[in-house]
Amino acid sequence: MDPLLTPVVQAAGEAHHLATSIEGYVYPNEQNLLWSVLIVVYPYITGLVAGAFIMASLVRVFNVKALTPVYRLALLTALAFLVCAPLPLLFHLGHPERSFQVMITPHTSSPMAMFGFVYAWYMMAVLLLELWCEYRRDLVVWSERERGLKGLLYRVITLGVRDISPAALHLDERMSRIITVIGIPSAFLLHGYVGFIFGSIKANPWWGNVLMPVIFIFSAMASGMALCVVLYKELCWFRRRAVDDACLDEMGKFLFYALLVDFTVEGLDWLHRLYAAEESISVLKQLAQGRLFNTLLVIQLCLGTLLPLLALGATQLMHGRIPVWFRQRIYYNSAFLILIGVLAMRWNVVIGGQLFSKSLRGFATFKMGLEGQEGWLLSAGLILLPFLVLGVLVWLFLPERPAGPDAKKTAAAPTAG
Amino acid sequence: MNPVMTRRRMLGALSGALGWIASRPAAHAAKAAVQNLLASSHAPKGYDPTKHKWLMCIDVERCIGCGLCVDACKRENHVPEASSFFRTWIERYVIKVPAAGGNDARGDVLVDSPNGGRDGFPPSAVPREEILKSFFVPKLCNLCEHSPCAQACPVGATFDSPDGAVLVDSTYCIGCGFCIQACPYGCRFLNPETKTAEKCSLCYHRITRGLRPACVEVCPTQARIFGDLKNPVENDPVQEFVRKNKVFTLKPHLGTEPRVLYANIDKEVR
Ligand code: SF4
Ligand code: SF4
Repeated sequence: MDPLLTPVVQAAGEAHHLATSIEGYVYPNEQNLLWSVLIVVYPYITGLVAGAFIMASLVRVFNVKALTPVYRLALLTALAFLVCAPLPLLFHLGHPERSFQVMITPHTSSPMAMFGFVYAWYMMAVLLLELWCEYRRDLVVWSERERGLKGLLYRVITLGVRDISPAALHLDERMSRIITVIGIPSAFLLHGYVGFIFGSIKANPWWGNVLMPVIFIFSAMASGMALCVVLYKELCWFRRRAVDDACLDEMGKFLFYALLVDFTVEGLDWLHRLYAAEESISVLKQLAQGRLFNTLLVIQLCLGTLLPLLALGATQLMHGRIPVWFRQRIYYNSAFLILIGVLAMRWNVVIGGQLFSKSLRGFATFKMGLEGQEGWLLSAGLILLPFLVLGVLVWLFLPERPAGPDAKKTAAAPTAG
Repeated sequence: MNPVMTRRRMLGALSGALGWIASRPAAHAAKAAVQNLLASSHAPKGYDPTKHKWLMCIDVERCIGCGLCVDACKRENHVPEASSFFRTWIERYVIKVPAAGGNDARGDVLVDSPNGGRDGFPPSAVPREEILKSFFVPKLCNLCEHSPCAQACPVGATFDSPDGAVLVDSTYCIGCGFCIQACPYGCRFLNPETKTAEKCSLCYHRITRGLRPACVEVCPTQARIFGDLKNPVENDPVQEFVRKNKVFTLKPHLGTEPRVLYANIDKEVR
């Protein structure tokens, strides 16, 4: 297909696709596209978890003081998304009721079998523990202040540990730090492992690639940080608080570097593919210029990577010359574009990897309905769900009224300055 | 540091390591017991998979593309009727005459498999005089010695049987589809009725009872040759096939070590 014509043809809509849904030869069994949007959503959500956690760890481990205002928000975001991460996986199974078998009889040579363990480790040993240490003091204060169910909930979460002497708080602080230090490799593990699920499939030249876990990790960092930028601004706007300029500047900086590394690694991947020019290269080139033109070259590369890279790069190079309000616009809009770009990247990996035949002789087309297990609605719902969970978490754990005089430093949005 | 403490620690670490080593056989035994309890195949009681090693050979030159094997397989194994589900299928390769005076020794390659070849093949759309050569290639599970599908299955529902068959336990499969992605040959599909992974089992219910796979049974030209390496018979067709032919496997660069051997295939076959 002529690459220039492709967008036009794609815009011509489903009618065209249905008519030419198979091009060339695909193995008969490959006509059924197996993994659908749910599997696109799954790595997207886990990526956001890993990225948000890394943003939080910048405060704890690397002592980036300016980011303190988003510390708690980032952790809660990671939790909200982590809670929802297994859902798309579960829904896509042919037999969800058998999913427990992955835990009781894991097949150790399968990367997918590790999901339960990696997930449980990350949830229990890292995120919940870190949150608990971070919040212990406030929970005690809140449980005394609040009545009713909310107060009861806080009391339950203290797990009965009500000691808030300076020595105990000091211990909390130290524990948090240690957990975060363990947490960083764990976050890498969580998402690198998702990349490995794809990277380990040597049958598929679009997936089977040593760089895959690395690419997944850095795109996860970019997307998670971008999410923190967007959420922080939205929360400030919602609560009518001024944003902390220094904090946003710092987030913008890290976002820029994460995106830069991500871009470099993905560029390296393509460079290697084009140079090594293995058997599959011609089919992959056709894929990029044809069926993936819009999502890969337009959305992921141009809108989701190059544009924000330029914009964020400008804020880094000409920091002083761009007025604060405009810088903030740039951060926000770039973050938004990055979020869309990374979603497109997940799409390109998961769906793109199934659009060409392993015979390397033809292409299939992905058709997606609105309803049903593999439809738009369920996937959209699963992307929105973590935001609802986050809303509840923020209401519970990021109250507008801080828990005490020295909790101000970690409240959601202190006044600028 | 206090020396008593270090000694105690060392002892602790040592006993931990010993405990770990000691617990491994137990864990393995437990896992094997659970698998025996849970895994199921269609073999009769008393069949010992360690006493056989099954092998399939295919002589491409003999295949006439009649599609009887595809039909037999669909019926024998209740494969879904739709034209996108096959445990075995036939591909037709049409290699065109190269452009006169051009650089290529062989022209474009056209591959097709209408309804998996089940109803035979209509005449090719390429006019006769433009065809350099044309041939049929029967495809099925390649019985990989290092099967990526079994490696990938998160619950062990797909497993390598010691007799060389790679089987799916549909009562244990969770329907994740990872094995389907991992198979380089497109041999697997997710059965839309049972929602579990499915593939050629060499007609396990037949071969474990002394019969031949349905496709082998019906092939009128003996393009498919089936045998047991551990129990060769007189004038064993498999032994003869390997002795007389130059044999190939599909996608050897992937290191799957297929045990389905092909004779007389061309470089275009993938
Ligand atoms: S050909 Fe495919 S289904 Fe058969 S053993 Fe190999 S990987 Fe598994
Ligand atoms: S679909 Fe079934 S057989 Fe295949 S990997 Fe998943 S659980 Fe294993």
